[in-house]
Amino acid sequence: MFKKILIANRGEIAVRVLRACHEMGIAAVAVYSEVDRGALHVRKADEAYPIGSAAATESYLNIPRILDVARRSGTDAIHPGYGFLSENAKFAQACADAGVKFIGPTAAAMEALGSKTRARQAMEKAGVPFVPGTSRGVDSIEEAEQVAARIGYPVMLKAAAGGGGKGMRLVEVPELLKSALEAARSEAERSFGDSEVYIEKAIVNPRHIEMQVFADEHGNTVYLGERECSLQRRHQKVLEEAPSPIVDPDMRRRMGETAVRVAQAANYTNAGTVEFLVDQAKNFYFLEMNTRLQVEHPVTELITGLDLVHLQIRIAAGEKLPFKQDDVRVRGHAIECRIYAEDPDNNYFPSPGKITLLQEPSGPGVRIDTGMYEGWTVPIDYDPLLAKLIGYGSDRDQAIARVTRALNECFVGGIKTNISLFRRILRDADFRAAKLDTGFLDRMVKRPEDRPADSKAAEVAAIAAGLFAALGSTEQGSGNGAGSGSRATEKEDSNWKNAGRREALR
Amino acid sequence: MLYDITIDGKKYRLDLNRADGRWSCRLDGREFEIDPILTRPDVLSLRIGDLSYEVKSERVANELHLWVGSTCFAVEVRDPRSLRGRTRAGDDHGPRKITAPMPGKVVRLLVREGDEVEPGQGVVVVEAMKMQNEIKSPKKGSIQKILVSEGAAVNAGDVLAIVE
Repeated sequence: MFKKILIANRGEIAVRVLRACHEMGIAAVAVYSEVDRGALHVRKADEAYPIGSAAATESYLNIPRILDVARRSGTDAIHPGYGFLSENAKFAQACADAGVKFIGPTAAAMEALGSKTRARQAMEKAGVPFVPGTSRGVDSIEEAEQVAARIGYPVMLKAAAGGGGKGMRLVEVPELLKSALEAARSEAERSFGDSEVYIEKAIVNPRHIEMQVFADEHGNTVYLGERECSLQRRHQKVLEEAPSPIVDPDMRRRMGETAVRVAQAANYTNAGTVEFLVDQAKNFYFLEMNTRLQVEHPVTELITGLDLVHLQIRIAAGEKLPFKQDDVRVRGHAIECRIYAEDPDNNYFPSPGKITLLQEPSGPGVRIDTGMYEGWTVPIDYDPLLAKLIGYGSDRDQAIARVTRALNECFVGGIKTNISLFRRILRDADFRAAKLDTGFLDRMVKRPEDRPADSKAAEVAAIAAGLFAALGSTEQGSGNGAGSGSRATEKEDSNWKNAGRREALR
Repeated sequence: MLYDITIDGKKYRLDLNRADGRWSCRLDGREFEIDPILTRPDVLSLRIGDLSYEVKSERVANELHLWVGSTCFAVEVRDPRSLRGRTRAGDDHGPRKITAPMPGKVVRLLVREGDEVEPGQGVVVVEAMKMQNEIKSPKKGSIQKILVSEGAAVNAGDVLAIVE
């Protein structure tokens, strides 16, 4: 087993991996950019090395500097987390060349899955389902009609050179195919100088469901159940759950076996995730494979009872998978909320700043994977994910109740967060009925929120406002800002005053 | 102790007094039996009658927010005996400060001093976390002063410009 692991990441995932290292008796090495000196992953690490300025290209994406730290610290393995260098085949290769184990798949497997055309050829050979359609342009309306009739309406016409919705047409009935094809072609010609248009089956209001797979370096590959990831905004996942409410054991087995074939076709090792689009008839189609640990891995951990980071480390160290497919059981239900520093009243714009008050939830069925602490200033330079709040219950209703209760306990003061968005999702009738698709969140936030003004709570706030003023708790202004030295002293003063006042209040 | 309190545009007059360890509380003339404990700075445990509340306090971009349960109220507190802070927020007369809602970097100025602006018109573009955000004028008027330049780093609450 490894003695020392370098974590080439920051934020909650660096802390998550660090915890696994400590649980396994492995020393954890942190790296940090100059704005992350005070970050939680640095505080909790056994060793910590500065690797450059705030810009990720100068620090968390800088391969030579990270490998230099690995060499100087005597690290024997590197965990890349997610994002940054986690899916960078060059980095995986550079680690191998430097004699440090990369905790993830090989560079060759990453490359095989990274190239769309090569991946598709390998997958088609392995019998992996893709969205039905033509992979090249249709030449005539007759050919288009034949293809559309074969794959079934509705169909989507797409410009081969396309992107951004240009040259795209949804066709729901055969009578409209001809005019739509002409329109799509001329639009494609105008936009891209290329009128080639191909046909795919239109997946209306799809779900996004992904399957966790694990492969050891001895030829064993298993699947660990699916995650429902349909709640997205700007292609960013917001809330995930496992299992998916629409997946039954038979569908899970079929999706799982497909995912295992995808992994095996690429000679995949370690943790990976196969993403599928699922239509309303529960047909699933391969989208892509993510060659890393996912942000939302905790929901799988809670319903399988496995620790995926422990498994990653053990497999990277050359161990065999310690269980067989038949041993994997899905039990209960888990929901994850990604808590971001962003402003729900300002189009979810990032809202960094100093956390002046932090109350984290606890109690039965609640897990929080966090990179924040009270007094920490969220830097403006990186992804604004602060923490993941995960609730577990014996069924979906109990999981919803747990997460709702935990969100009510959770308070992040001094900066804006998207916590209110989750309250809204969790009480939404369609969400509770598990009617989910990738357009759900955009539709929900467009609807005006009708929350009646609570005059009673406003009176409580008015009384509390006077009490805070009388007790001097807010006068010093635990104000937001860069957390300069003078402000810290001021705050300390006011804490002493507050302590005095608190005593006086007894 | 008298306080004028504004919550979401509604005004309250609060009279708080404490004698022999007991508080008396009148809100707009109505009597409330209260039992407060400051459990730590910014967190108040408040009993009103037999009902129990936890109220949390935070400042975000120089606004005071009080959270009663999961409901957030923007609050202004004034001591009516003091002349300080008598100008009413939301008042369209007189100069208004345009402040940065988050720390970031000024990437563009959209107006010049002396320009006439409409309410909601963009004044300064601030970038944070790789996203650009237009900071808008709260009222109709003319830009009296611009206090930042392109490229400047700003903190939440910093005054960017003043509209008169």
